[in-house]
Amino acid sequence: MAEIRTLHDAVAELVHDGDTVAMEGFTHLIPFAAAHEIIRQGITDLTLVRMTPDVIYDQLIGAGLVKKLVFSWGGNPGVGSLHRFRDAVENGWPRPLEIDEHSHAGMANRYVAGASGLPFAVLRGYRGSDIPERTDTVSTVTCPFTGEELAAVRAVNPDVTVIHAQQADHDGNVQLWGLTGVQKEAALAARRVLVTVEEIVDELTPRPTGVVLPGWAVTAVAPAPDGAHPSYAAGYSVRDNAFYQAWDPISRDRDAFRKWIEEHVHDRSQAR
Amino acid sequence: MTTAPRAAAATEVTPDELMTVNAARALAGARTCFVGIGLPSTAANLSRRTDNPDLVLVYESGTLGSKPTRLPLSIGDGELADTADAVVSVPEIFNYWLQAGRIDVGFLGAAQTDRYANINTTVVDRGPGRPEGRLPGAGGAPEIAANCGRVLMVLRHSTRNFVEKLDFTTTVGHGSGPGDRERLGLRGRGPTAVITDLGILRPDPETAELVLTEVHPGVTTDRVRAATGWELRVADRVTATAPPTEAEITALRTLKNAGRSAA
Repeated sequence: MAEIRTLHDAVAELVHDGDTVAMEGFTHLIPFAAAHEIIRQGITDLTLVRMTPDVIYDQLIGAGLVKKLVFSWGGNPGVGSLHRFRDAVENGWPRPLEIDEHSHAGMANRYVAGASGLPFAVLRGYRGSDIPERTDTVSTVTCPFTGEELAAVRAVNPDVTVIHAQQADHDGNVQLWGLTGVQKEAALAARRVLVTVEEIVDELTPRPTGVVLPGWAVTAVAPAPDGAHPSYAAGYSVRDNAFYQAWDPISRDRDAFRKWIEEHVHDRSQAR
Repeated sequence: MTTAPRAAAATEVTPDELMTVNAARALAGARTCFVGIGLPSTAANLSRRTDNPDLVLVYESGTLGSKPTRLPLSIGDGELADTADAVVSVPEIFNYWLQAGRIDVGFLGAAQTDRYANINTTVVDRGPGRPEGRLPGAGGAPEIAANCGRVLMVLRHSTRNFVEKLDFTTTVGHGSGPGDRERLGLRGRGPTAVITDLGILRPDPETAELVLTEVHPGVTTDRVRAATGWELRVADRVTATAPPTEAEITALRTLKNAGRSAA
């Protein structure tokens, strides 16, 4: 059964220097509180995996904790660029960032392969694109039944996957609902799973679109109310679109960024 | 007896509005549309409010049949899920719905496109001695363009966006010309129209090269040529797009204002 831990202890126990970490949540349920705890603890040399790096990885990259990024779309949704990500890729600030870049379909299938215990996944993708020239995790495979040539993408198996969910019970069974993205696959692909939750409840009530991760498939659960902000948790909060817009000028400027992290992450014992 | 819809006063309409209205019109008759965020999402939502109220909007965040009342800022805004016919996982939306060929139209934006409507959203070359400029990357586009029945593109017209040679091919439109999609095994028809703030380009049925077929009211073909980074082919008879109707402009502005007040 999953252990119920404080956010501080769960991050300290499960996330280590040099780990490959996936923090998933497709716009919804992005585990910001856990990312801020990683920044406070200075866990570094991370390989970060995520379909849409979003502001969460912009912050971790700008904080200098990331050596490699595996992703498929790196923008601030509806706003523009992720400037910390761009600064790292274009100028090596605050450190060079290695990238392994895919399409969404490719990344989704890399998680599916990882969750399935397979070495790779098959899809109709990447045909004619230059993307395969820049990554060694895309290849081709010939269908043994039809002879059709298909794309093969290497499985991704993070050391630890971190997701945010609405609820867990006292045994660490977890339920998330709304847009559930690729979280089930990311969790089941990982060696260790940390789930932050809005609240611990006595009993989980089945929800439409609900995804349940049994406690025995989860390593640790940590309460983190509003832990997805400025993303959101359906039923608990709405997406803080104004924050995503306000992030643009903060992330454009190295000093403004450092000041923001200092004031909003380091000076808080509990991130919001 | 019907009367012709009243045209909105031309002076009030911006080039971006002309682009969005024409992009929405291009969805007439479509049943399902895989929608990229930004301009494509605005156009698809406008189509639902004008001539295609039954259009099924599919977003890569996993929503089938979203009916948002305001423009979403991101593809994961809660309202897309709350108003959907079904919400599925991201692997499911790409594998079962997109890859299996269930979506009629893919609607994409682009940072750069070329004469064969290929798309770059990955990196731009900023000249010798300078690092590549970083764009967001592929997202869903390569497989949307490969697997939807056809593809519509919407982007602003400038020599920066319409280039002789892409710095990087993220997404294949018509490749290097006729037969390329078949050779690559891309099953949909590929881009059938590129809608800009100056007019509409469509691939020549024989050469697959984009040809200027329509201009917006008041736009000259020379102006479109000047905004294109290659020697643009122009149709023998270029027509003007119909001016936006009052209803179209009102619906578009209502949609955008609703989005703004909620942001």
